[in-house]
Formats: sequence, structure tokens, C-alpha cells
Amino acid sequence: MNHLPLIIRREYFTKVKNKSFVIMTFLSPIIMIALVAVVAYLSQLNNDKQRTISILDETGYLKDIFDNTENTTYTNLSGLSLTDALVVVKEKEDYGLLHIGAVDSLSVFANNVKFYSQDSPSLSIIRGLEQKIEKRLRELKLQKDGVTIAQIEASKTNIEIAQESFDGEKSSKIDNIVKLAFGGAAGYLLFMFIIIYGNMIMRSVIEEKTSRIIEVIISSVKPIQLMMGKIIGTSLAGVTQFVIWVVLGGVLMVVVSTIFNIDLTQVKTPQQEMMNQAMQAEGAQAMAENLIVAVGHLPMTNLIIAFMFFFIGGYLLYSSLYAAIGAAVDNETDTQQFMLPILMPLILAVYVGVFTVIEDPHGTVSTVFSFIPLTSPVVMLMRIPFGVPLWQQGLSLLLLIGTFILAVWFAAKIYRVGILMYGKKPTYKELFKWLKY
Amino acid sequence: MNDLLVANSVSKSFGKFKALNEVSIAVPKGSIFGLLGPNGAGKTTLIRIINQITMPDQGTVLLDGQPLKPEHIKDIGYLPEERGLYKSMKVGEQCLYLAQLKGLSKSEAKKRLKYWFEKLEIGDWWNKKIQELSKGQAQKIQFVVTVLHQPKLLIFDEPFSGFDPINANLIKDEILQLREEGATVIFSTHRMESVEELCDHIALIHKSNKVLDGKLNDIKRQNKTNTFEVGLESMDSDKVFSEIKAKFEVLPATFRNLNDDIKLNIKLGEQTSPNDLLSFLTSRAQVHHFVEVIPSASDIFIQTIKNN
Repeated sequence: MNHLPLIIRREYFTKVKNKSFVIMTFLSPIIMIALVAVVAYLSQLNNDKQRTISILDETGYLKDIFDNTENTTYTNLSGLSLTDALVVVKEKEDYGLLHIGAVDSLSVFANNVKFYSQDSPSLSIIRGLEQKIEKRLRELKLQKDGVTIAQIEASKTNIEIAQESFDGEKSSKIDNIVKLAFGGAAGYLLFMFIIIYGNMIMRSVIEEKTSRIIEVIISSVKPIQLMMGKIIGTSLAGVTQFVIWVVLGGVLMVVVSTIFNIDLTQVKTPQQEMMNQAMQAEGAQAMAENLIVAVGHLPMTNLIIAFMFFFIGGYLLYSSLYAAIGAAVDNETDTQQFMLPILMPLILAVYVGVFTVIEDPHGTVSTVFSFIPLTSPVVMLMRIPFGVPLWQQGLSLLLLIGTFILAVWFAAKIYRVGILMYGKKPTYKELFKWLKY
Repeated sequence: MNDLLVANSVSKSFGKFKALNEVSIAVPKGSIFGLLGPNGAGKTTLIRIINQITMPDQGTVLLDGQPLKPEHIKDIGYLPEERGLYKSMKVGEQCLYLAQLKGLSKSEAKKRLKYWFEKLEIGDWWNKKIQELSKGQAQKIQFVVTVLHQPKLLIFDEPFSGFDPINANLIKDEILQLREEGATVIFSTHRMESVEELCDHIALIHKSNKVLDGKLNDIKRQNKTNTFEVGLESMDSDKVFSEIKAKFEVLPATFRNLNDDIKLNIKLGEQTSPNDLLSFLTSRAQVHHFVEVIPSASDIFIQTIKNN
């Protein structure tokens, strides 16, 4: 008798109807969006803050390099002594005082620049001031050697290396960023999915043990059917939750940003900074065009198909291990010793993905890890946007499926014996013995 | 074919531990078969093998003359000792689910559940969650789920634990009625009074081996010691006592009686009939109490385990 659909349906509906599941499903995106909105709002406040920086330049070299900007006003306090200037700045409650002491020669200039302030100044402001002074000094030194400003300006060149593959396909820097974004998103999604829903499967197996219903069930269905039913049912519940998150998150994002007029994309992430740099280099117009071209360059069909296979394969592999852990222990606190061997390869995969694949998508490390079954789903998904030969994908997938079958066999063995074992905290040695029962 | 279930020299080991050693049993159709034994003797392993939860290392199990196969699951109803239900699932939903796992259609399961819920007066529990019920109430649900698919073979492991005497009686009557309707019952328990009350046959498993097997009455007959418990009243009890002692093997006895003159267990030899004893006694004293000592299931259990 095939009870699989029945079991899947029960697992799915008990998960989906569970109160905490429903609450999590609808509350999480709200909380997430609220957090993002708060951060965006605060950083906007921060950006809008007006500050005044006073300049006391005793050398006279630098007085005309500080131009007022939208948020920062510079006041020139030339003529005052340092002590007087400090009193003035304190009274006016300025952000701070930049003091450039008198010097005999340009070479010792650097030692005489100092910033006074009430609180420690923000890193970006100091960096900004430093850049201005450095630039001015370089110009001064060059002028001293007889180079004119015009010559300096003329010497600047902006290089943007155009890229073209042997097949004649044109691409740009933005291509790599887009590839990284796609690969990273796919790998990270899988990672999160495994952790969240793998745990859910484990808990549901433990629940059956602690409520002692397992023997009743197991006298009607085969353990492997129950296990597969659990894995599939929970995964479907997971997909449901994920879809709701994405849809709800998207809708909320639009609603919140229109109501409060906050640009949520203002929240800076490192990736965006990379994009911004690329954007500055090319100009916004060209950038938008390049972005579309770059997405077009992605091996989309390959990406989607590979995503489905590696996602499902990787998820099933890990979730059967989670199910086996759930069967081996009596309660959740005992799971710790078995969790580490599962989490290690998963975390390793993400690290390899983030550090190595970005640097060299087809290097030895990336390639090797995209074949090892426990890390391959995440690493391969990150590599694929960069173009992986089909034979590599196929071989990796084959290895993954082979390991998956092995893992299910192993998990089913542990599961079959474990679900009927109570009161014992199993060791690895014992688990090994169970395989032979 | 009179035996519904036959196990032929079934063995099972877990690692080095031998849980069952060539155990054979035959459960006659329509009987209530007591599967007895101390804790850890291997009863549960045998029951799990019958339920196809574990596979035997050696030996075969036949149900209705056929080797066990997956289709037989719907012919067996099993109430395990370690039992429970999904705590956060509603009673009705849960019963339907478990019934469907046993191969019933949803509509059929609903119909039968309605019948049982009315019979046990638990109709208003349908939408309650298991965690809102008491332990005894949950046990009732569990019993209904076990018998709902009208299996040929019912296996109850400690069915009365968790029940108050009233509900235990109710369940006992249900089991007897199911037997009347043609079901065969394997019954595993440590409560010897219910063995006494219910079982026709028993098998005793001790340290992975079957040590005793047969009809309960036959076993009792084999184990009786031809001893009679007597209560006598006499004017001259000392004299009567010494006369009896001279002729028979005598042991002191305790039982409740209105008179407390002479209470004895008298063991008869092969040659003497109970009537001889009785006429011997009536000629000397007033007989208030004359009962053959029949070994209880509990006595047989303890005695057999001790001898092994």
C-alpha cells in the first residue's frame, strides 16, 4: 500500500495550520521590513544632519580647497590663535576644528595637521578631509617642481578595460557582479532553506518519538515511507512559507516606501557599494544598459535547471540526515553532538562560495568543492553563473544523487532502529551498530 | 486450518544480544492468546515481528497460512505498550488519518468512527485536541483506532494501563465482544488476573525462549498438585488434627472463614480420591470448607520462571 500521499498531506497541513508557523510566516516579513525601514530612516536622518567644520590654516596653502557641501559647512578662522579658535568652536558647537600648524617646508606638513572635536569624529569625515589635503599637497609639490595644474589634470586617465570572450561576446565588469549576485543568492537560499526546514523535519521526528505515536504509525507504514513523507511534506510547507515571505516582503516594501517616502535601497550593503563604484566608473545610463546586457549574458536556462536539481538534491541529502538525527535522539538537547558534522560542511560550503568562488570561480579549490557532495549544491550553484562545463555539472549532480541515495539508505536504517529506541543517548558507535540490525 | 497465526522457530538478534531464540507459537482462530513473560523476555520483539516492524533473522510467520507480507497490515490491529497520539492534532482528524493508513477509505472510516464514538459515548470529542483529553480518554481513542479497521488479528500490549476500573471493564467487554464477532486476540500483560479472566491459551516467554505453551486449563491441570483446602470444626480439634496428620501430607493454610478451628492444605497421593478424603473428614468433624487448590496463572508464571 502506498501511503506516501496521505503522509505528505498530513505533514503539510499540520505544519501549515500550526499557529506558530502561521505567525512566523506573516510576522517575519513585517519585522524584516520594519527593521530595514528603521535603518533606512535613521541613516537618512544621519545624512541630512548639518555640520560645521572650522578650519584654522596657519600655512595659507589650504584655505581654498574646502568647498561647502549639502551637509557640511566650512568656516575659515584664519587669524585667530589656536586657543581662541578652540573657544570659538566650542561656543558655536561646531562639529570640530581642523588645525594646520605653520610649517617651514612642505615635507614636514603632514606632522602638523590635527583635528579637535567634542566626540570622536566619524571615520568618513576624517577620510574626506585627508583626501582633500593629500590631493592639494601633491599638487603643491608638483607645482614646486614646475608642473602646472593643467598638466596634472591632463595626466589623469580613466581606464575601463573592455571585455570580450573568444566567442566574440562582449561583457563588462558589471557582468561579474551580476553573476556573483545570482550565484550568491542561490547558494545562500539553499543554505537557509536547509537550516530552517532541516531542523523542522528533525523536530517533527522527535515529536513522534516523544508522543509515542511512532509505533502505532510504524505498524501501518514502512519507516522509509514515513521518513520520505515527512521530508517532502515539510519541504512543501517550507516552499509555501518562502513564497509567502517573498510576495509579502515585496508588497510591504513597496507600501512602506511609498507611505513613509523612504528609499529602502538607500541602505548600503557591501554589494551595493561595489555596484556604486562600477556605476561611477561608467555613468548611470550606461550602467543600466550594461545591467540588462549582463543579466542577458547569464546562462539562464542552465541556471534555472541546475538550480532546481542542485537545490532539491542538496536539500534532500541534508534533510535525510536531519531525519536520522531526529530518530536517533530522545529530545532536542541531545541533538548537539550530531549537528556539528552536518553544519560543518554546510558552513564550509558557504565560506568557499563567498571567498574562493568570487576570487577564482574555476580554480582548484572551487572546482573540488563543487564536486564533494555535501558542499557541491551550494558551491556549484555559486559557480554556475560564471559558466561551468556541462560535464562538470553532470558529474557533480551524479555524485550528489549517489550520495543522496546512500544517505537515505543510511538514514532509513538509523531511523528504523532509532524511532523505537527510548531512553538511551546514542553514541556514534551505537549508531554504527544499528546499521547492521 | 485452525490457527490464524503461526510462528515457526523465530529468532532475532540485536548485535550480540539474542532477543528471541527459536520461538514457535500457534494462535488458534477465535481465541484469546496470552503472551506472557517477565520484562525484557522478548515479547515485544515477537509482537513487532508479527507486525512487520522488525524482520526476523530466522523462522517464518504465517497469517492464515500465508507468509507475512505488506498487505497483511490491514488484517492486524496493534495497540503497543509504548503508545500515544499526535498531541496537537484534533481527535477526529487523527482517527481518520490513522484509519486511512490502515487502508480504510475516508467515508468508511467516518462511518465506523461515528459508530464507535457513540458506543463509547465520546462523540463530543471529535474537535478536541488530544492534549485537552485525560490519559484515560486518550486511551479510549487509541483503542478505537486499533479496532476500527476490523482486523482479523488484534494485538493488545497492556491494554488496561491508564484505565480506571470502570473503563477497564468497558474495554474488556469490548475485547470479548470482538472475539465473539470472530476476531482473534493476542494479549500481552503483566496483570495475571486479567489473564485468568480472558485468556484461553497462553505462552510464556522467558529469556528469549518459550518455556510454556498451551490451553490455560490444560496447563493448570498439569500444574495442579492434588491439594485440597479444608476448613473443619470439631469438639476435639487436637485429636482430629493428629489423626489427619497421620494419614495425609498436611500443610497449614490461610483463608477467610467464619470459623477458625482447623485450616489445612491436604495433599493427596496418587491413590487417594477426593471422595476418600471427604468421607474421612466427615466422619470426624464438621466440614465447612472443601476446595481443590487450582494453581493461578500467577502461581504458574512465578513457578515456571523460578524453575528456569
